Amino acid sequence: MRTLVSPGALRSRRGKAVYGVIFACTLAVFVLAFMFPLYWVITGAMKSPQELAQTPATLIPHEWHPETFGEAWDQLSLGKYFLNTLIVAGGAWLAQLAIDVPAAFALSKLRPKFGNVVLGLMLATLMLPATALLVPTYVTVTDLPLLHLNLINSPTAVWLPAAANAFNIYLLKRFFDQIPDELIEAARIDGAGPVRTLWRIILPISRPILAVVSILAVVTAWKDFIWPLLVFPDTEKQTLSVMLQRVAIDMPLNVLVAGMVLASLPMVALFLAFQRQILAGLTAGAVKG
Amino acid sequence: MSSPRSSSLLAWPATSSSRARRPAASPAERRRVRLRRKLKENLTAYGLLCAALLVFAMFSWYPIVRGVLLSFQQVDFVNAPTWVGFDNFSRLFDDPLFGVAWRNTLLFTGLALVFGFAVPFLTAVLLNEIRHAKAFFRLAVYLPVMLPPVVTALMWKWFYDPGPGLFNSALGAVGLPGGQWLDSSTTAMLSLVFVSTWANMGSTTLIYLAALGTIPGELYEAAELDGAGMWQRLRHVTFPQTRFVLLVLLLLQIVATMQVFTEPYVMTGGGPDDSTVTVLLLLYRYAFVYNDFGSASAMSLLLFIALGVFSAWYVRLTRKADQS
Repeated sequence: MRTLVSPGALRSRRGKAVYGVIFACTLAVFVLAFMFPLYWVITGAMKSPQELAQTPATLIPHEWHPETFGEAWDQLSLGKYFLNTLIVAGGAWLAQLAIDVPAAFALSKLRPKFGNVVLGLMLATLMLPATALLVPTYVTVTDLPLLHLNLINSPTAVWLPAAANAFNIYLLKRFFDQIPDELIEAARIDGAGPVRTLWRIILPISRPILAVVSILAVVTAWKDFIWPLLVFPDTEKQTLSVMLQRVAIDMPLNVLVAGMVLASLPMVALFLAFQRQILAGLTAGAVKG
Repeated sequence: MSSPRSSSLLAWPATSSSRARRPAASPAERRRVRLRRKLKENLTAYGLLCAALLVFAMFSWYPIVRGVLLSFQQVDFVNAPTWVGFDNFSRLFDDPLFGVAWRNTLLFTGLALVFGFAVPFLTAVLLNEIRHAKAFFRLAVYLPVMLPPVVTALMWKWFYDPGPGLFNSALGAVGLPGGQWLDSSTTAMLSLVFVSTWANMGSTTLIYLAALGTIPGELYEAAELDGAGMWQRLRHVTFPQTRFVLLVLLLLQIVATMQVFTEPYVMTGGGPDDSTVTVLLLLYRYAFVYNDFGSASAMSLLLFIALGVFSAWYVRLTRKADQS
């Protein structure tokens, strides 16, 4: 593909040399800026506490202590906090799929009366900066209107607000809009009702967008900090991020760093496994060029 | 008419093909059937929508109204809220930290734009020209985005440590004096901006890269034939072709960086000398330290007014892009 630099210039001997230098420099900068910090953190976790406090820091650990990861797991009760985070993120994911998919389908294919008003009211919430609703949503969650339930310390305090996601509905609706009506017509002639059509016809062909929405949901919930910080005052119920931040000052540095590495692993693994969907979600999240 | 197959058809809108197969009926009967079908179809649609309507009502629409009301009320969760007019706002304006927080936030946003805007764009232009190890570059630049922000913040706090931290160790190794980083009120904010840029540039870089990929190569060819050098091609082809994406990300970034919270909360707690107290950090203090939800809501309202323009602009731009 033709880009800024012309192919002719690249073919010349001088062009090749310049390209080589630029490539090497870029590679070096990227390794230094993005790979090296990860190396530093992973090896830092395996240094002894004395070595970690030493000035200047050592590039390669003199002694290796991989057992620190096990200590961190026990001392920080990581098992419990992983489970908490998994419940919070998994539930947020399920709630978003279960609530937003049928809604987007109804708005896209059933086109009910006032559907456009509903969609408009949902999309209008995108105009609010997330934090503008922080305080009133917190107040709402402590005492749900009409029901008078207090969701503090319950994962539903994360699940339900996460489902009120206009962006998901927008993404899903845009995808459903592209599914030809003939397909639905065919299902109808075969005797399928709307719910069955959604389940049997629409969902299977919507896998790409469902993957994007799913990954966005899980990653957002896993990375979120301020909302879980507010709604889980009970230290036993907290997510990994909130717990790490809370114990950061009292923990020995090597244990804390090992905990940080372990807490990041699932997201890094997810990224390596689903790169394509994640990057597709990224551009879907912005605008079509 | 009464076979199970045709009764399930009732849930769907009438189309010419289905109508053609049906035996002739009187116009009145046909109208009644159509009305019933429409009603059932609407009921099904709202059945599928009801869960979404409920969560939106409870966690978006109602809090919007509640937030505005709270701004003019005094709330202590023991007594019924009382109306206090603009008292919450005047309390904010009397707080010397209020001005500091806005100044710091604007400084953060300004610095984050300089770095977070220019660096990813130039990186994307560079990566677009590189023909080797493309997958590695994408992976590397996006990896920090996947780290939980608290981990990033704690990690960098340790890198910045004036003693055994990575930066001063590296500077010391090449014989340079170390910096104060987070411990000096003149550099603390800048240090936070670095972290935030490092953590978030992956997504902007890849969005720019995607936009650069859509520029038709003929444009560059034509420009070259007209004698345009590389800088002129960058200025007259690359820039105009990506202008829209640049504008959208600019707006998004302003909205996002004005709400900065995790980095100052985890790394500096607002210090030293209040140099990293941001609007959101102060808002958090008002609500969850001083338990003054009224003033905190008033602050949210001010933040919303400040950002609403950008948000509205963003939504309009994306909608326009959608239609074209």
